[in-house]
Amino acid sequence: MSWPEFWIVVLRVLATFALLLLVTLINVWAERKILADMQSRLGPMRAGPWGILQTLADGLKLFFKEAVTPRRVEIGMYLLAPFLAVVPAFLIFMVVPWGKPFTIGEYEVALQGADLNIGLLFILAMSSLAVYSVVLAGWSSGSKYPLLGGVRATAQAISYEAAMGLAMVAVVMFSATQGEGGTLSLSELVERQAGTWGDVIPALEPALQFVPRWNVFPQIVAFIIFFIAIVAETNRAPFDLVEAEQEIVGFHTEYSGMRFAMFFLAEYVNIFSMSAIAATLFLGGWNGPTFEGSVPAIVSGILPTIWFLAKTYFLVFLFIWVRASLPRLRYDQLMQLGWKRLIPGALAWLVLSTAVISFRQFGPPWSM
Amino acid sequence: MGVLSELIKGLRVTGGTMLRTITGDELVTTEYPKEMRAKPQRFHGRHVLNRYPDGMEKCIGCELCAGACPAQCIYVRGEDNDPENPKSPGERFGYVYEINMLRCIFCGLCVEACPTEAITMTHLFEFSTTNREDAIYTKETLLMDRRGSVPHMFPDDELADLDELDSADGWLRATAPSGVAAYEGVKMWQGTPGPGDWSPEPSQEERDRPTSDRDADG
Repeated sequence: MSWPEFWIVVLRVLATFALLLLVTLINVWAERKILADMQSRLGPMRAGPWGILQTLADGLKLFFKEAVTPRRVEIGMYLLAPFLAVVPAFLIFMVVPWGKPFTIGEYEVALQGADLNIGLLFILAMSSLAVYSVVLAGWSSGSKYPLLGGVRATAQAISYEAAMGLAMVAVVMFSATQGEGGTLSLSELVERQAGTWGDVIPALEPALQFVPRWNVFPQIVAFIIFFIAIVAETNRAPFDLVEAEQEIVGFHTEYSGMRFAMFFLAEYVNIFSMSAIAATLFLGGWNGPTFEGSVPAIVSGILPTIWFLAKTYFLVFLFIWVRASLPRLRYDQLMQLGWKRLIPGALAWLVLSTAVISFRQFGPPWSM
Repeated sequence: MGVLSELIKGLRVTGGTMLRTITGDELVTTEYPKEMRAKPQRFHGRHVLNRYPDGMEKCIGCELCAGACPAQCIYVRGEDNDPENPKSPGERFGYVYEINMLRCIFCGLCVEACPTEAITMTHLFEFSTTNREDAIYTKETLLMDRRGSVPHMFPDDELADLDELDSADGWLRATAPSGVAAYEGVKMWQGTPGPGDWSPEPSQEERDRPTSDRDADG
């Protein structure tokens, strides 16, 4: 690896990191604003225009707060847990492409932290790791209610990760038919969603020529299951039993100051990353009209990033909308939805989707 | 699909509310210290001790307010007036008058008990102090000045709305003796603090007309 290549990689990672921090600042504010609007309130109005700097003010406040350590904590795990929450949250987003690759001279720059060829596996691994922070934080606090939160997190993560993984499998299998061989690389998955469905199905060209070739159309069931699963994965309402302010306060009850801020940060980074992954898998990632040729090159270079952010923010808005509307599930309802609805549903969809794919590829089974 | 239709119903409620809030139709909160909601006319705020137009204190030190107070937060001591230089029109005047605002429940029973309408309630409601002793309001604070305004606790405070003191007191309007036909067309004595002049009492007929017509007449 030559030096320019090395610096390009460093800059890519830094840019991705900065983007993530920036959108998180905006996300926290946006959530409070949208929730306020849905509850006929004004929301934060003081820090900056329309309170847009509120998150910054809150962050500064938390930074200067004392980090209280209760007496009965398991100190090692207790101190480790916040970092275990933040690190996977940032790593998940590192494999998501957030813009169209461009070239500077002889070097190609992908707008992505790292283009792993096992991107999806990496995402699954990291989102599983994130659960450790919750469990360890709950357990090491040496307090009853955080422990309850941690225990709930374990069960919830196991239940919903299965559905999430199965939904991903359906998409990956479908995506394998859209190009040469299967792939787990997110940039490859995005490129396979370029164009419109009219290009793929010439028979229906006039009807489908404006329908983008996103996976969400053939894989709508997988998308719904995936979305429900990521809401549960990020411990958001109506699946926020892990926090459940009204009953157990949550796994981070015993955390304060910057340590609490890290859990908070991780939650919002996770919302954005998971929405970004859903947008990448199902909504075509950064694909979208760039009007190349008719607008300046800089505009058509930035447009893919804007499409990506628009799709992601649509899903983030859904997260917030759902939070504002739905009451929290009871524990048995959570388990019932996970094991009796989502996992069988995802399995059935996987079987159906596989059957259709193999039928189209190999013809009816009796023809072989 | 009962669950699904309920879910969509819930999302529609919040989504609709959001759109109506953004357009301002359903916004119910205000940026409080910057802008305040208009308080209802009969708002039970801080007490004030009134004066007659000639500057005499209305309070006669009878302690009926203290007796009526369910929270026992009023302490009154009366004293005989100096015949040469009386403070109130009667024999006695309120020598000590204290209200403990930490105990007061703002029920307004003192106002009802007062035989001379000496104590009434204003629209002031921002009482926060950093010292418990400051919450005990003495006669000095409660008695209005000769101009007819209530002394404000924090006149220099950026939150203080001094115009609020000039607005007529709702309770007195509500309990004024103008329900009696004999007072028709008579200009009543303005029993509340604040400068300004009131229009004569309207006739019973005028009063019975629906409010909407009355407003249209201006």
